[in-house]
Amino acid sequence: METSGSHALRGADIIAAIKASGIATVVALPDIVTSDGLLWPIARDPALRLIRVCKEDEGVSICAGLAFAGTRSLLLMQHTGFLDSINAIRAIAVEYEFGLCVIVGLQGMEPDREPPQSGKYGVRIIEPLLEVMDIDHARLTVRGDEARISSAFARARSENRPFVFLVTRPPE
Amino acid sequence: MMPRDECLKLLARHHTDEIVVPVYQAAFEWRTIKPDSLIYLGVGAMGQASSHALGLALGRPDKRVIVLDGDGSLLMNLGSLVTIAEVAPRNLVHFVCENGTYEANGGHPIPGAGRISFAGFARAAGYRTVHEFSELAAFGERIGAVLKEEGPVFVVLKVVAGATYPQDFAAVHSAELRRQFAEALSRQ
Repeated sequence: METSGSHALRGADIIAAIKASGIATVVALPDIVTSDGLLWPIARDPALRLIRVCKEDEGVSICAGLAFAGTRSLLLMQHTGFLDSINAIRAIAVEYEFGLCVIVGLQGMEPDREPPQSGKYGVRIIEPLLEVMDIDHARLTVRGDEARISSAFARARSENRPFVFLVTRPPE
Repeated sequence: MMPRDECLKLLARHHTDEIVVPVYQAAFEWRTIKPDSLIYLGVGAMGQASSHALGLALGRPDKRVIVLDGDGSLLMNLGSLVTIAEVAPRNLVHFVCENGTYEANGGHPIPGAGRISFAGFARAAGYRTVHEFSELAAFGERIGAVLKEEGPVFVVLKVVAGATYPQDFAAVHSAELRRQFAEALSRQ
């Protein structure tokens, strides 16, 4: 299923949804899926503070520290960064019950497939891993999917459970 | 080399209302030496203390944040030195207790024990100020001023294990203590 034109995700819409959820701080490591449509616009947006990290698990902890200090934040990374951060997410977000808000780009995701059917092992295992970790998640694939962001992140915070959005197509 | 708990006792004399983010042995000892409501015990995963502290420092620029890191812990998150230096929080003081071992995990040596320079790492990363202490007298003489320096400040403490303190892992992972910390911080 290819998405383009009027059906394609738009980075501006995702950023608007992020802001609507009260987030003004983004902690990120670059990901090619979200680079042009999300991370570069975020970097240029004076209303958002971007914290560039060296490794994604740093971001999990920075977001937690910010939350204890009363500041909402978003962790933006590639699925490989999610895989690398599993221990931090396990401890800090799941066991310590922190409503971590995450957007993950599925790098290498084929446009004509669903993530569980991806030929890329690293992509194919992401949703099953989220399931086994009991982490709520949803896909950002087509325009309109971003409408779920604000409510999902609000629930993450109120229920102290992490929520992960998976970006399956590069946003325009 | 300095007994770690003696270092912490000297630090406690100058600690006022700073948030303290201690790890492992330093956490067990600090909770006994300086019981306080602003001890952050939400680190969760080894190596992550400095990153939690960065979030706290950015979220509360009006509060100073002290990290009591371990050398083995910091080796797991060396990139955080670069991240912290890049963001350059003025209210962050990052201590690393260097004993050359994974003390809480059997006393095995860290890679590079005695060869690597944590002060050198911090300088190269771009911390504003870097200190290294191996004598209690010098540390006691300087610590008051060091705590007042503009951050990010990095302080290497060359330590050995001191007196024995109870290893209260239940407290370190306590949801109730995390809740109490959040409440205490929100009141200040």
